[in-house]
Amino acid sequence: MSLVSVRDVHKYFGDLHVLKGIDLDVKAGEVVSIIGRSGSGKSTLLRCMNGLESYDQGAIILDGMEVSTDEFQVRKLSQSVGMVFQSFNLFPHLTVGENIMLAPTLIKKTNKAEAKKLAQEVLEKVGLGDKFGQYPEKLSGGQQQRVAIARSLAMKPKVLLCDEITSALDPELVGDVLKVLEQLAAEGMTLILVTHEMNFARDVGDRVVFMHQGKVHETGDAKTVLADPQTPELRQFIGAVL
Amino acid sequence: MSQFTDWDILRNLLLAARWTILLSLLAFAGGSIVGLLLTFMRISRRKPLIWITRIYIEIFQGTPLLMQLFIAFFGLGLLGIDVSAWTAAALALTLFSSAFLSDIWRGCVESLPKGQWEASRCLGLNYLQTMRYVILPQALRIAIPPTVGFSVQIVKGTALASIIGFVELTKAGTMLNNATFEPFKVFAMVALIYFLLCYPLSRASQYLEEKLNVAGKRA
Repeated sequence: MSLVSVRDVHKYFGDLHVLKGIDLDVKAGEVVSIIGRSGSGKSTLLRCMNGLESYDQGAIILDGMEVSTDEFQVRKLSQSVGMVFQSFNLFPHLTVGENIMLAPTLIKKTNKAEAKKLAQEVLEKVGLGDKFGQYPEKLSGGQQQRVAIARSLAMKPKVLLCDEITSALDPELVGDVLKVLEQLAAEGMTLILVTHEMNFARDVGDRVVFMHQGKVHETGDAKTVLADPQTPELRQFIGAVL
Repeated sequence: MSQFTDWDILRNLLLAARWTILLSLLAFAGGSIVGLLLTFMRISRRKPLIWITRIYIEIFQGTPLLMQLFIAFFGLGLLGIDVSAWTAAALALTLFSSAFLSDIWRGCVESLPKGQWEASRCLGLNYLQTMRYVILPQALRIAIPPTVGFSVQIVKGTALASIIGFVELTKAGTMLNNATFEPFKVFAMVALIYFLLCYPLSRASQYLEEKLNVAGKRA
C-alpha cells in the first residue's frame, strides 16, 4: 500500500488551472523527485500533500488520512508528514535547540530533558551537534537549512516534503544539505522533493516525476527517465538545466 | 492684582504638567489594554470580530480627537451620565490611543513572513500556540519603537483636554496668560515643557529602532 496517494487532483488559482488531474503514488521508503519548469505546478502539488494548499477536486490520502486544509486535520497530518522550505523558515527569536524542541514539547508533550536529548540527536544527524545554543542568524544558509531538516525530523515524520530546499543556497553549501538527504534516504525515509538538482535526482532518487503545464508529463525510474527521456518537453527541460 | 514672577509661572506650569503626565500615562495604559484586545480581535480569523475592530478603528482614526473629547464630555452629559472633564479626557484619549496602537500592532504581526506561520503549521502547532511561541515574541520586538513613538502623540494630544476645562499644562498656560498678559513668555515655557517631555520619547524610539533593527536581522 502506498504511503501517499494522489488521485485525479485539480487545483485552480482563480481562473488559472494549475493542477490538471494529478495521479501519483509514493511507497514508504521511496525517494521521488518532482521536476519541471517554474509554473508547472510542482510546488503547489507538494503543498497540497500536507494541507498547506487546498485542492478543488480529487483526493489525496497520506498515511491513511485524507488531506485537507482543515486546521484539525492539518495538525493530525503533521504527525506523519514534515516539510522543509526553500526559505528555511526557522524561528529567528529561538536558538537552534529551542527551534527543534518547540514542537515535540508542545505537541507530543515530551518533557524538557527528553526533548533536549532528541534535539541533540537530530542535530548530530545533520552534522551540527555543536550549534545547539546558537541563534539561526549566526549560521550559514546551508547550516540553517540543515537545522530546518533536523526540526522536522524531531517530529519523527514518515514522509518528508522538501520544497526546493537548496535553491536559496550558495552553490558551495548545497552539497552538505544534499548529503543529509542522501543519508536520510539510505535510512529508509520517504522523501518527496521538488528540486532542480538533477544529479541528486538521478543518483539518490528512485523515481522522477516530470511536471509540465499542470500535468504529470512523464514519470518513471530516475536513471532511465533522465538518461533517456521519451517526450520532447522533458528532453528540452533536461537540456536546459544540465 | 498680584504680580507673578517668572518662577511663579514656571512653578505653576510644572505643577500642571503633572496632570499632563498622569493623563498621558493613563491614556497609554488604557489605550494599550483596549488596543491589545482590538489587536487580537483583528488578527483572529473571525469575520464579525474583524469588522467590529475595523469600524472602531476607522471611526477613531477618521475623526478629530477634539470631537471625541466633546462627545465624551458633552454627549455623555446629555445622556444623563455625569462625567468630569478628567474622566472624559481619560476616556476619549484611551479610545483614541487604542485605535492607533492596535493598528500599529496589527501591522507588526502581519509584517512577519508567511513562512513563520507555515512552518508552525507544518510542525503541528495550533493557532494559539503559533501566536504565543512564534508570532508574538517577534512582533513585540518590532512593535516597541513605533509604540514609543506614538506615545509622543498621546502626550501632545492631552493638550486638547484643556478645551473641556481640564487643567493640565496647556490650560494652566492659558490661565497664567490671562493673569500675566505675557503670552510669549508663558507659551514658550509651555512649549518647552512639552518638548522636554516628548524629546526623550522620540529619541528613545529612534534608539530602539536602530538597536532592534540590528537584532532583527536574525530573520
